[in-house]
Amino acid sequence: MEVLGLLLDGILIALEPANLLICFIGVVIGLFVGAMPGLGSVNGVAILLPTIFFIKQSTGSDAAPMLFLAAIYYGAMYGGAISSIMLGIPGASTAVATTFDGRPLALKGRAEQALVTAALASFIGGTIANIFFTGFAPPLASVALKFGNPEIFALMLLAFATFVGLGGDDIPKTIISIMLGLVCASIGFDVSEGEPRLQFFDLTGFSRPINFLVLAIGVYGVGEMLWTLHTTRGDTEMSKADVSLAKIKTAAGNTYREGWKGTSIGSSLGFFVGILPAAGATPGSLMSYGVAKMTSSKPDEFGKGSIDGVAAPEAANNSASTGAMLPMMTLGIPGSPTTAVLLTGLVLLELEPGPRLFQDQPDFVWPVIGSFYISNLIAVLVNLAFIPLFLWMLRMPFTILAPIIFILSTAGVYAATDSMFDVWLMFWFGLAAFMLRILNYPLAPAALAIVLGGITEAKLRQSLQWSDGSFGIFFNPFFDRDGSGSTYWIAPIIAWIAVILILMPLFQVIKRRFLRGPARPSHWQG
Amino acid sequence: MRIAEIIMAIALAALSLAIMYKAGERPSWSGEARFSNVGFGEDGAPQGGFWPFWVCAIMFVCSIWVFINGVMKLSPPAKSGGPYLDRHGVNVLLTVGLPVFLLVLLTDYISMYFSMAIFLFYYLFVLGRHAFILSSAMALVMPLWMFLFFDITMTRTLPKGVLAVEDGIYVPLGNFFRSLDGAMIGLCFLAGAVVLVAASMLSKRGEDA
Repeated sequence: MEVLGLLLDGILIALEPANLLICFIGVVIGLFVGAMPGLGSVNGVAILLPTIFFIKQSTGSDAAPMLFLAAIYYGAMYGGAISSIMLGIPGASTAVATTFDGRPLALKGRAEQALVTAALASFIGGTIANIFFTGFAPPLASVALKFGNPEIFALMLLAFATFVGLGGDDIPKTIISIMLGLVCASIGFDVSEGEPRLQFFDLTGFSRPINFLVLAIGVYGVGEMLWTLHTTRGDTEMSKADVSLAKIKTAAGNTYREGWKGTSIGSSLGFFVGILPAAGATPGSLMSYGVAKMTSSKPDEFGKGSIDGVAAPEAANNSASTGAMLPMMTLGIPGSPTTAVLLTGLVLLELEPGPRLFQDQPDFVWPVIGSFYISNLIAVLVNLAFIPLFLWMLRMPFTILAPIIFILSTAGVYAATDSMFDVWLMFWFGLAAFMLRILNYPLAPAALAIVLGGITEAKLRQSLQWSDGSFGIFFNPFFDRDGSGSTYWIAPIIAWIAVILILMPLFQVIKRRFLRGPARPSHWQG
Repeated sequence: MRIAEIIMAIALAALSLAIMYKAGERPSWSGEARFSNVGFGEDGAPQGGFWPFWVCAIMFVCSIWVFINGVMKLSPPAKSGGPYLDRHGVNVLLTVGLPVFLLVLLTDYISMYFSMAIFLFYYLFVLGRHAFILSSAMALVMPLWMFLFFDITMTRTLPKGVLAVEDGIYVPLGNFFRSLDGAMIGLCFLAGAVVLVAASMLSKRGEDA
């Protein structure tokens, strides 16, 4: 009951005119970013992260900047469907599965049906996930409050292990990506001994850890743009959509009758997949599509324009994006690259992410959670009301959008770091990301690792200091931490799950050798 | 593609070794030998070089793994017979990557706003083949919007380069905008939008004719 009261207060704060306006602007930007091919939620929030200082300055609240970023995240999840359906190219990787049935529907001349189904399924997916979030977050945070150094290190290990075990990308390349992120985070000074380290060529720019924002904008701004220009060659053809109130009504009715199953599968599955650090919205939506097809009474219709086939991935990507917020807000571990950017936002706002946030900053946490509900509602309304406007915007040539992204990336990095060195670093990161991406190196693990690197190292060292250098403190529940003889189960359980996850690809190799199973899809970004 | 995979693996392995070497470095005032900091200290806790050294050791092992996969043709890029960068890819790097490099490089000389304007004009007019009017309008309005947003509203000044030495442009411009109130600045933003819309309509008419 206490939770409901807090949530209600939060929603009321999110409904204040200034906050409502911020949510609205965020949702509209998100819809635009999501709808544009090549740009997803992570690009949107990374490039616009520097604006949080401005929002904080003008509103005077810590919650308002987060409301803005979360609204962009939501809007982008809705927006991705628009170009998937109308152009047949996913607006973001999270909307890949939406093209499977959304595009055939559009080609049959039922584009408005696909758009309305996508919007409604997204709304329901988002709302169900919000309810899950509200229910799970406070108990999880209170459990996490009891975590000591070894438990937190074990959690970090688990976060990296899920990438190796479940990421679905080439394993050595995933590990290299994680390690690159960790190294970037350890540049500058060794905090506990005060010695300089890894200050390459004695450049002053390397006297502090590389800012996550520099890497994120480099990879997701410059690198992603180059990649999109490299992979999209000729022009695409846009479907025609005839949108009127009557058609929206009919389409909504069809969605209710034929899309309820996909929506419910996507909403629930998406949330739990979203919680996993390595997963996020893209695998969530692909898996939901698969499960919806498997359990459908008409599996033949999938791929030819099934309404369930649009509803499942769209409900799932919204649901997963809320799911990814759960470990970010309660444990301080981002569930996806976008939440990694949001986490950096928290740090920039001088808030300490993690379980204490719920205890120490209820004035921040609950309005943000309340805004999830509000943004979700705004997103579905704006989406349905402005479908024609978004269709018009999709005609904006990429040759106008791309240079704007490049200059926003450059200006954004400088505004946030005040250093030309970091702008150069951003450029080189972007170029390196482009070169590595051609060879299938996943880059999201690097983005997460640079965020978690500092805390992972600190917790490892503090734990080992505690245990006199024995790794038993992580793996052995009977390890005597303080001479009291009590047992600690949480860290060993998490650490052993991490070990199993790291070894999982090995099991798969063995299985494939003997059973010849199919390979899993490897694209995700979420 | 296979050659590129192998070269990248060697480069990453070399990078790991270089960072491992650097991680073992002690500051001259400590008087300790190289690599004395990559193990455990007397208190049982890892020392300063431990983390970066072993992280890069893992990276080195994985680079060798990728290298072997490349030589044995086990990974998808190593199996693909296509070139690492085809003509289109090289084109993207030369026509887009290089100008972005120049955008950053010129910032130090002619200020970020001017290099943005040149970059936008190049991209729209030369690469995008948009009309001259639209390209010039974008090159004029976008940097002005950026100036209003960053320098004036957010008070985060972007670099002015050598221009700032004898600043006959930014100081008067800044003084002018700072003397305006919020509503007037909002109007300036709107005026930019009007210019853009007008330019795009004018250029469309040009294309139709």
